[in-house]
Amino acid sequence: MTRLTIPKTYKLYIGGAFPRSESGRTYAVESAAGGFLANAAQASRKDARDAVVAARAAVSGWSGATGYNRGQVLYRIAELLEGRRAQFVEEISASEGVTAAVASRQVDAAIDVWVWYAGWADKYVQVAGNGNPVSGPYFNLSTPEPTGVVAVVAPQASGLLGLVSVIAPAVVTGNTVVVVASQALPLSAISLSEVLATSDVPGGVINVLTGSAAEIAPWLASHADVNGLDLAGAEALDWVELQISAADTLKRVLTPVTGVPAPSLDRMLAFTETKTVWHTKSLI
Amino acid sequence: MSFLEYAPAPESTALLHLRDGYGLFIDGEFVDGNGEPFTSINPATEKVITRIATADEHDVDLAVKAARRAYDRTWSKLSGADRGKYLFRIARLVQERSRELAVAESLDNGKPIKETRDVDVPLVAAWFFYYAGWADKLDYAGLGADPRALGVAAQVIPWNFPLLMLAWKIAPALAAGNTVVLKPAETTSLTALLFAEILQQADLPAGVVNIVTGAGRTGELLVNHPDVNKVAFTGSTAVGKAIARSTAGSGKKLTLELGGKAANIVFDDAPIDQAIEGIVNGIFFNQGHVCCAGSRLLVQENIHDEVVDRLKTRLSTLRLGDPLDKNTDIGAINSREQLDRIRELSNMGDAEGAERWTAECVIPENGFWFAPTIFTNVSTSHRIAREEIFGPVLSVLTFRTPAEAISKANNTPYGLSAGIWSDKGSRILAVADKLKAGVVWANTFNKFDPASPFGGYKESGYGREGGRHGLAAYLESSRAVELVETPAVTTRKAAAK
Repeated sequence: MTRLTIPKTYKLYIGGAFPRSESGRTYAVESAAGGFLANAAQASRKDARDAVVAARAAVSGWSGATGYNRGQVLYRIAELLEGRRAQFVEEISASEGVTAAVASRQVDAAIDVWVWYAGWADKYVQVAGNGNPVSGPYFNLSTPEPTGVVAVVAPQASGLLGLVSVIAPAVVTGNTVVVVASQALPLSAISLSEVLATSDVPGGVINVLTGSAAEIAPWLASHADVNGLDLAGAEALDWVELQISAADTLKRVLTPVTGVPAPSLDRMLAFTETKTVWHTKSLI
Repeated sequence: MSFLEYAPAPESTALLHLRDGYGLFIDGEFVDGNGEPFTSINPATEKVITRIATADEHDVDLAVKAARRAYDRTWSKLSGADRGKYLFRIARLVQERSRELAVAESLDNGKPIKETRDVDVPLVAAWFFYYAGWADKLDYAGLGADPRALGVAAQVIPWNFPLLMLAWKIAPALAAGNTVVLKPAETTSLTALLFAEILQQADLPAGVVNIVTGAGRTGELLVNHPDVNKVAFTGSTAVGKAIARSTAGSGKKLTLELGGKAANIVFDDAPIDQAIEGIVNGIFFNQGHVCCAGSRLLVQENIHDEVVDRLKTRLSTLRLGDPLDKNTDIGAINSREQLDRIRELSNMGDAEGAERWTAECVIPENGFWFAPTIFTNVSTSHRIAREEIFGPVLSVLTFRTPAEAISKANNTPYGLSAGIWSDKGSRILAVADKLKAGVVWANTFNKFDPASPFGGYKESGYGREGGRHGLAAYLESSRAVELVETPAVTTRKAAAK
């Protein structure tokens, strides 16, 4: 006699907690073959705003943490993801319609992306900053800092690797994020949230919404308390409208990419601000 | 005779040989514009200086075409070393003609000759000299090996530092291998056109730099021209937002250097003599027409009265008057329009309950003038504490703890600059960490250098000008394009049910 399985309820991840959508809405997530897999929460405008509030509240602590500390937290995510790979392989196989071997390669790549970015946490400031030889008796130093809260539309065609490839570069520098997961492939996003919740990432640093990016993204693009907008997965949306809307608060914007963005320093630096500090030197 | 009385020492305008009218500078030649010409006046006397052409849509198109041709045929084929040599030539020519440029700038802009002679023009030369050396070293700019130029850069600059802003824009653009169409501000086009003569003397290939003059409409035509690859704008936040909207989805790389409402924070252990000078320099330098001006003085409550008293004493010694006089500290407001705005916001300060104090000084009969003014009893909700006045008006607020100072300093949509005055190094560094501002001056203010990146957080814009970082605005990183293969992905249409 076979055992009856216990299906998981997939919810949102906001401020370190797993609420249902305040709207009470869900949508059916289907397998590649069209079968029913699960009901995912369909996030609303209110959920997006709650997520921004949680992300803003987390900025001070996360951006104030040392690079060494942030690096360890990101590395810890990789460790826990490694330990739960079977679950991710299963979800990816089912929802993306690929073999276990192919799904496994996606999980490997996602883990490696976390490790790659983890190592940058205490180095990007050195690489992107410098002392400036000004013509006068002044100490003068430029360093990059996180821009604040970054809203992200995750790549649509890769449930886990796509998501990790946009979250990691934003948070490693000290930003907090609100990410809208792939609409058709949200299961890995919520399972990843469970990894995040148990891997020393402070609540609110990464907030995950599932549902319709077309519905949620405009509220994030126009939100006055969001500093950056990564439209990586917005290719199929009216993303120019989103960029126009982001201009009203002069958000830093990354435009859509096809596929999954490669690990890159430029993606990290896109959501940083260079601060230059001058100080007088006495004449001795 | 008080020490404030002095014999006038005006700089001679004899070394200027201005023409009655100036055309547009397109493809290496001065040409007539198709728009209605306008006059440029001396804001200190309201007398006409010269007549300036207006570029219409056709002229802007010609300028962009010239820049594109120059990019395709000449500039992109030149070695970095040769681009650098042209920039070195320009730097030297600016130095050689520095007095003439300083006089012209003071005449056209209204700022004191002391500032144009000692700050603006020397920095212009320094900017070209600095970026000249980068032109053949772009591999070391931190953007990967062999970063690429973008193409044609459309640049629109403001009236507060006309020639210096031109240098901030043109020097890095050319060093990185781009060609340029620049639009100076309507009220201050003169020195850009003198600069065009310098380009002719430097024998810069035709079309590498084109200058189109006119009002806002000309700038709008330029930044929205479909064949520009890069837009760089310095000016108001409102116009910056409009440009960000109109270039969205165009693929044009955009950098914006916009408004500010900088906090200048004075702790009770500050070196007070230096702090007073720094506060004065922070808000009264260039008549307060400075986007990074320290327009909000945050002074620790227990030294408020002392600081305000000493400020008033110091301001009473500033000399307002003829910008060409070497004794002048405070020159003319650049335009009637700007004067009206300063008056309007200052009146709002009175209306909202702040206390106004104005330095006693004789205001010349003609021209546009505003005496140095301090508002005390200002609260964070007052318009004079929130909006950029862009004039010689200081709003004084108080704080008790460092945390309160930081929170008040950051309580603005702007984030361009900030100042900290304290003798305690650890406190300065801790506060500097927390300020959301692109430039933080500690125990100094309003310092600029070509090696030092400048630019804002939040609604003060994005991108940096100056230093190694300033090159990134004009180059495409060779690292940026690669995408990972997505081995595990089958392309599925998003199934919204």
